[in-house]
Amino acid sequence: MRKRRGAPSSPSLRERAGARGVPWPALLLVLLLFWLVGYPLVLTLLEALGAPHWTLAHFGEFARRPAEWAALWASLWISLATVALAALVGVPLAFVFERREFPGRRLLGSLVALPVALPPLIGVIAFLFLYGESGFASRGIQAALRLSAPPWRLSGPTAILLVHAYSMYVYFYTFTRAGLARLDGSLLEAAASLGAGRGRALRSVTLPLLLPALSGAALLTFMTSLASFSAPYVFGGSFRVMTTQIVASKLNGDDALAMVETVTLAAVGLLGLWLLRRLEGTRLAAGGVRGIAPRRRVVGTGRWAATAAGWGLTLFLLAPHATLLLVSFVPRDTWTTEALPPVLSTGNYRALFADPVRLTPIVNSLWMASAATVLAIVLGLAAAIVAVRRRDGWGGAIEGLVAAPWALPGTVFAVALAAAFSVRAPWAGRFVLVGTAAILPLGYLVRSLPLTGRAAFAGLRQMDPALLEAAASLGASRAMRLRRVVLPHVRPALAAGASLAFLAAVGDFVVSIVLYTYDTRPISIEILSSLRIQEIGVAAAYGVLLTALSAAAFLIWGRREG
Amino acid sequence: MSDFLRLEGLEKRFGETAVTRGVSLSAGRGEIVALLGPSGSGKTTVLRLVAGFEVPDAGRIRVEGEDVTDLPPERRRFGMVFQHYALFPHMTVGENVAFGLRARGAPAGGARERVAETLSLVGLAGFEDRRVTEISGGQQQRVALARALAPSPRVLLLDEPLSNLDPGLRDRTRRELKRAIRKVGITTLFVTHEQEEAFELGDRVAVLHRGRLEQVGTPEALFERPATRFVASFIGRSSVLAAVWNGGARLEGGAVWPAEPGEPLADGAPVDLVVRPDALVLAAAPRPGGLAGRVVERRYAGRSAHYRVATGAGEVEVLAAADAARDGDAVVVAPGPAGPLPLAFARESDS
Repeated sequence: MRKRRGAPSSPSLRERAGARGVPWPALLLVLLLFWLVGYPLVLTLLEALGAPHWTLAHFGEFARRPAEWAALWASLWISLATVALAALVGVPLAFVFERREFPGRRLLGSLVALPVALPPLIGVIAFLFLYGESGFASRGIQAALRLSAPPWRLSGPTAILLVHAYSMYVYFYTFTRAGLARLDGSLLEAAASLGAGRGRALRSVTLPLLLPALSGAALLTFMTSLASFSAPYVFGGSFRVMTTQIVASKLNGDDALAMVETVTLAAVGLLGLWLLRRLEGTRLAAGGVRGIAPRRRVVGTGRWAATAAGWGLTLFLLAPHATLLLVSFVPRDTWTTEALPPVLSTGNYRALFADPVRLTPIVNSLWMASAATVLAIVLGLAAAIVAVRRRDGWGGAIEGLVAAPWALPGTVFAVALAAAFSVRAPWAGRFVLVGTAAILPLGYLVRSLPLTGRAAFAGLRQMDPALLEAAASLGASRAMRLRRVVLPHVRPALAAGASLAFLAAVGDFVVSIVLYTYDTRPISIEILSSLRIQEIGVAAAYGVLLTALSAAAFLIWGRREG
Repeated sequence: MSDFLRLEGLEKRFGETAVTRGVSLSAGRGEIVALLGPSGSGKTTVLRLVAGFEVPDAGRIRVEGEDVTDLPPERRRFGMVFQHYALFPHMTVGENVAFGLRARGAPAGGARERVAETLSLVGLAGFEDRRVTEISGGQQQRVALARALAPSPRVLLLDEPLSNLDPGLRDRTRRELKRAIRKVGITTLFVTHEQEEAFELGDRVAVLHRGRLEQVGTPEALFERPATRFVASFIGRSSVLAAVWNGGARLEGGAVWPAEPGEPLADGAPVDLVVRPDALVLAAAPRPGGLAGRVVERRYAGRSAHYRVATGAGEVEVLAAADAARDGDAVVVAPGPAGPLPLAFARESDS
């Protein structure tokens, strides 16, 4: 059904890869991936079903509690509303940056895409520092209007939605920009020459052709929002969504209920993935790749409007992160009622590196994220090499297992890993890893796998199979073909995937909060404890450090993709 | 013929580069004019200026006396067929053809008859419900034509209409295109870089070179009486030899060939001699007026063959009998007894 990209290679090399006998590499890889990705989920499902005493009682318990239904409903409507809000910000932004020319367009164009590269928790605390009760904006308004109390309280669904829209507009922004850039400019010229004005061309040509991009962005936003944990955790209070509900049940020791909640959330996630696949299946064969995108308009008053809109929106969207930077220079207890911080110093940063207790989370995050990334590269690449040219079930199984963690919220995997690896049963492939230094890197690995795997699969698929055949005909051994042909070919894609994997791991909060111990606590957990004890400046300094790490990974590795 | 469409001194520059320089051209009602030129000659820009996709830096465009220079493309009522057709991929054939009718206010159902009529004009009757991505390249080309013609535009513009088709399909499509345009009787401006296409489709051909209009005329006029060195060499596979004017052309090595001045020339002026392949003969032995050379390429074409001969005055192409010489032979090239006289133009400094 689905056509494989790339020309069909001559059968000889491919057949030799495994038509005869047992395909050992594929088999071992499937087993390893299943143990890592599928097994914990299966165990979670079994526990939700009360194994070995099969029962639906836990599901019944779930169904009887109004709080559970409320959380499920909250997850759904928050996600749908997030999609609408994110589209409202991201789509117009994309039009401004793709269709208009104004000074600073290129720089700002990449800056507004930045929030997607930052860990969600950073967005949350940045938002808190700017718009929270004691945030920069609220204080400013309070001071300006001489109010006795902050003008608003930032909590509940409104706050969650705002934070979501603030960070997830990037999906709509990047997808729409890419869609607009791909749009054949001559289609718009054709519409104009046939008498269609701008509004009509937008309605009947541009938007229908953007539909695949928009629906892709909508689904990605929906899935991300469904999996979102940081914002509901920090702002939700008593308002629970599924992710926070799961963690609460887990912390309350209600394991069986947590398993049922996890299974439910996973089911919703898989439903989303199924929808995505269906959308991709019906995706229009975009006929417009040959032409050139329409030239950006640079005319009169439009130019000023575009400049103002571009700069204004960028400043507005990046204001929380600027606030984070500012707060990181504020020493403890020096900023009370003033609109602007009276004292600025680098003390918070010095404290991070001078105090061993504060340095530990940084070291932890770095080594655990690095280890997870290296493993994710190796595993993702191995999966792609073994699976890409196979047309049998093994290839599909490997690709599915590699992609699965992408479809499921991080909380689901965190709970599943906690369930699977807190029991000692080596004969069943279960070891006690919870509480050891191994569990967090393992959790990060599972979460990163789709990123490196997808990159490796894409890189290999783009490679002309004739290159391998040419290398073979020139006498290159299998190892040499791998080293001299395959690796150089996938390196750019893999580097980009690896940078995303590192980003995800170093900034992770969802998996960490379920699986960390005091000794293995990563930066994100430390940010939260600093906030709790009112060490606002230190929390901000950690946040800035995490932002810098993320940005560095993004720039150093992401750049090579081009 | 009355001037139905008039281009007056069109100038367009992109940054520092002038892509069209003072292009003036007119077409009578129902006339088909070809814009012919090599790539980069500015012909597509002229077409885009006429369509309204580009705004000229100077010059006017008039239709039936009405100045349309400042009208946006959607209000010009010009139909355009794009090089890659630009069919809307998310619409059916029928929806594509109806688009212009709907945009000009036709009700949803009211366009149906006109769509059917236009589709049958291009030989695609009954194709309304097909997807444009499912039909062949030749059919897409015809849908693009139908879409442009459906709203009854005042002028039809075609950008390299056949360049995207297989060579085998091109001849047939060219004939069908001409038949359809003639039947509608619409004033047509089309861009091509192929002489054959321009000559067969165009009532008149306008030759563009480096943004300038070199000559406008019927195919016969361009062929028999080229006005410039560029037109003389661009049309008809002609070769250019270096010579000095002395009433005839004295070539490198002393041979003097009878020639006609393409423009007023002074004695002793260095000239480019433009020679058509069928105006020359090949000989094995030296003869008066003969230019010695060596065959560097022979392309067999049935009874005759094209010979590329390297001489002291430059490379020259000769059409001669298939057995006249072989690759690598030493030969003598001389003017034939019956062929048209070579044309001499003042040497261009940069060539």
